[in-house]
Amino acid sequence: MSEVVVSVENVSILFNLNKEKVDNLKEYVIKILKRQINFTEFWALRDISFTVNKGERLGVLGFNGAGKSTLLKTVAGVLKPTKGSVHVEGIIAPMIELGAGFDSNYTGKENIFLYGATMGYSRKYIEERYDEIVAFSELEKFIDVPIKNYSSGMRARLGFSIATAVEPEVLILDEVLSVGDAKFRNKSEKKIVDMFEKGITVLFVSHNTDQVRRICDKAIILDKGKIIANGEVNEVCDIYDDLVNSGKK
Amino acid sequence: MISRIKESDFVKDFMKYRFLLAEIVRRNIKVQYRDSVLGIFWTFLQPLLSTFVLVAVFSNIFNNKTEFYPIYVLCGRLLYDFYSQATKRGMRSITTAAGVIKKVYVPKYIYPLGNTLSCFVTFVISLLVLVAFMIYFICFKGMPLTFNVLLAIVPVIILYILSFGIGMILATLSVFFKDIEYLYEVFCMLLFYLTPVFYNVKNLHISSKVVKMALMANPLYSIVNMFRFCIIGIGEWNWNWFFYSLGFAIAMVIVGALVFKAKEDKFILHI
Repeated sequence: MSEVVVSVENVSILFNLNKEKVDNLKEYVIKILKRQINFTEFWALRDISFTVNKGERLGVLGFNGAGKSTLLKTVAGVLKPTKGSVHVEGIIAPMIELGAGFDSNYTGKENIFLYGATMGYSRKYIEERYDEIVAFSELEKFIDVPIKNYSSGMRARLGFSIATAVEPEVLILDEVLSVGDAKFRNKSEKKIVDMFEKGITVLFVSHNTDQVRRICDKAIILDKGKIIANGEVNEVCDIYDDLVNSGKK
Repeated sequence: MISRIKESDFVKDFMKYRFLLAEIVRRNIKVQYRDSVLGIFWTFLQPLLSTFVLVAVFSNIFNNKTEFYPIYVLCGRLLYDFYSQATKRGMRSITTAAGVIKKVYVPKYIYPLGNTLSCFVTFVISLLVLVAFMIYFICFKGMPLTFNVLLAIVPVIILYILSFGIGMILATLSVFFKDIEYLYEVFCMLLFYLTPVFYNVKNLHISSKVVKMALMANPLYSIVNMFRFCIIGIGEWNWNWFFYSLGFAIAMVIVGALVFKAKEDKFILHI
C-alpha cells in the first residue's frame, strides 16, 4: 500500500495579475505607447510538496483564496507549475466542475460520448457503460433532449454519472458532493464510498471538516499558497477548526 | 501507466485523445446542420447560390472570355470558402472550448485540429456540387476530362495544411487579443479580392507592381490555379505554384505549432 500515486514536488505557481485586464490589441497598443503595462506578481502556490500513496484519501482544507483549486488544477494537469513538478500515476478523474465538457446543443446521449472523449475514453468504452450511466443519472426520459433544456441539477447528475462510471485511479473532488437533491446526494455519496473501497486514491477539497474527517485519512491545510499543516486527518482538522474559531473572535 | 504531465509521450497522448478529435469533428458537423430545415443541403446550396450570383454579375464585365466560367468561379469559391471558414473556426477553437480547457486536461492542439478538420469534411461534401457541374459541362459543353482530375487532391491537401497552420496562429492570438477576430474579418475580405475567384489574371491589366506582388505572394493564388488546372484541364501546370504554396503551408504549420506550443500553458489564464 505504499506505492506513491500522486507526488507534488516543490510546486510554485506564479500569476501575473494585471490591474486592468487588457484583452484586445487596441488597448494593448495604446498601453504600450503610454508605457502603462504593469503586472503585479502573485504567487498562488509557494513551494508545495506532498505525496499521496495508493488508496489514501487526502483532504485539502483552506480558506477562500488559499490556493486549493489552483493546487487541484495543477494535479489534474490543467495548470502547469511555474516551478517544481507534479507526477500522477494512472488515470485521473477530475470532478472539479461537473459537466464542463458539455455542449449545450447536444443531447444528453451525445454529451455522454463527448464528455467521455474529453476524459480520454473511446466510444466503445463508453458504449459498454452507457446503460449504467443513464440509469445512475435517472435521466432516461430526457436523454434525447438537448442539454440546454436541462436544469443545472440534471446537468450535474449527468456529469457525476459519467465521471464515476469509468474506473479512475485518482479521483479529484472539489466540493461536488452536493449534487442534485437529497436523494441523489445520498446515492452519489454511496457511490463514492464504494469507489473508496476499491482502493481509489482521492484528493478532496472542502471547507467542511466533518465531511473531511468522514472521508479522508490524511489532510493538509493551505494558507496563502503555503502548506501550514500536514498529517493525520483528525489532528489537521482540529488545527483547522481552531483557526476558524480564532478567526471568529 | 499514463503520466499526464510528461511532455515526451506526445504520441501516447494523441492516441488517447483521438476519440476526442473524432467527437469534435462529429459534433461540429451535427450541430451545424441540426437546426436548419434544409440540413446538409446547405452545404450544396450555399456555394451554388454564391456562384450563381458571381457568374450573373461578372460574366459580362471585364470583357470576360474565360472558358467554362461557372466552373471557374465555383472552383475558386469552394476553395476560398473552405480557407476562410476553416481559419475562422480554428481561430475561435480555443476560446469556445474555454469551459473544458479550464477544468480538464486535454491536449489543446486537438481543438484547432478538430475544428479545421470538420470544415474539411463539409468542404469535401460540398465538392459534390462541383462534380455535378463537371458532369454537365463534360457531357454538354465539351469540357475536356483528363486524368489530371485525380491530381486535384494535391492543392486540396496543401490548402488544408495552410488552413491548419494559420488556424493555430490565429487561435493563439485570439486568446490574448479578442479583437483579432474583427481584424481577420477585414483581412479575409482583402484576401478574397487578391484570390482569383471571379476574375482571370490573364484578362486583367495590372499596372501596379505592388498589386502584382501581392497577388503572387498570396498562396491561395497558387492553390486555386493548381486546382483549376486539374479540374478544367486547360492551361499548364506550374511547378512554382506547387513549391511556393507547399512551402508556405508547411512554414505556417511550423510557425503555428511553435507559437501555439510556446503559449498554450498560458491560455487558461486568459480565456
